[in-house]
Amino acid sequence: MIQIKRLVLDVLKPHQPYVSEFARAIASKAEGSYVKLKVLEMDDKTETLEIIIEGSDLELDAIVSAINEMGGSLHSVDGVEVMNVKEE
Amino acid sequence: MSFEPFRKIQQFISISQSYDIARRYFVVNSFDGALTMLGLLLGFYVSKGVDLAVAIPACLGAAIALAMSGLTSAYLSEKAERKIEFKKLQDAMVSDLSGSAQDKASRWVPIWVALINGLSPLLMSLIIITPLWLVQLGFELPLGPFQSAIGVAFVLIFLLGVFLGRVSRTFWLFSGLQTLVIALITAFLIYVLA
Repeated sequence: MIQIKRLVLDVLKPHQPYVSEFARAIASKAEGSYVKLKVLEMDDKTETLEIIIEGSDLELDAIVSAINEMGGSLHSVDGVEVMNVKEE
Repeated sequence: MSFEPFRKIQQFISISQSYDIARRYFVVNSFDGALTMLGLLLGFYVSKGVDLAVAIPACLGAAIALAMSGLTSAYLSEKAERKIEFKKLQDAMVSDLSGSAQDKASRWVPIWVALINGLSPLLMSLIIITPLWLVQLGFELPLGPFQSAIGVAFVLIFLLGVFLGRVSRTFWLFSGLQTLVIALITAFLIYVLA
């Protein structure tokens, strides 16, 4: 079974909600996940983020939906790590 | 863990950064409500012989008018402002934000700001005219109904000043006295001119 263990996303978001709230919304979509968020660029109304998410079985669709719900927009998936986990 | 709807509301307020606006509306319109009631009550007091059956509906009418004015004006102006802001944000994001938290906040915020703006003068007015009701219901007050209500108005105006002092982190007594002086000047003008 192929599981996504790590994602690196390039995301554009409005200044509000704050990054802490944004990270929390993403983390809420993947139990036990670790979310690292870095602001790469700040504009008048938006900011560009690099989001690194690590977890045991990440679901990209759920994460993208969380990003969109918070007003963000996924620009690109810059990195992905997957693992072929042996099914029991 | 927090209650989910409450958390959503907090999120909308945070996203729209409308807490400061609502607080400003609360103070401005509470002050409006309190001074309007003070003006009416002083008018009744100086003209003497005004029956409570006349004064209470007059005060209530003014309070309801203030509430409706506050509700509608804030709703319409905030709705227009939020719409412009949301459009600017969509342009900056170069994407459709329909259904996002910002979209929901831009629709929800005018309602909550309008409620604050409309209900604050109504609440102030109802508290101020409570002595009139009490006397009408047969309760005995140490002062006459109009003097008591005027006293309540002064206390509320002072408390609004105290609240402003706490918000601006200045000395609460000074800020309270400042608003009280404004109320006293208003009272003096009414007394002299009416």
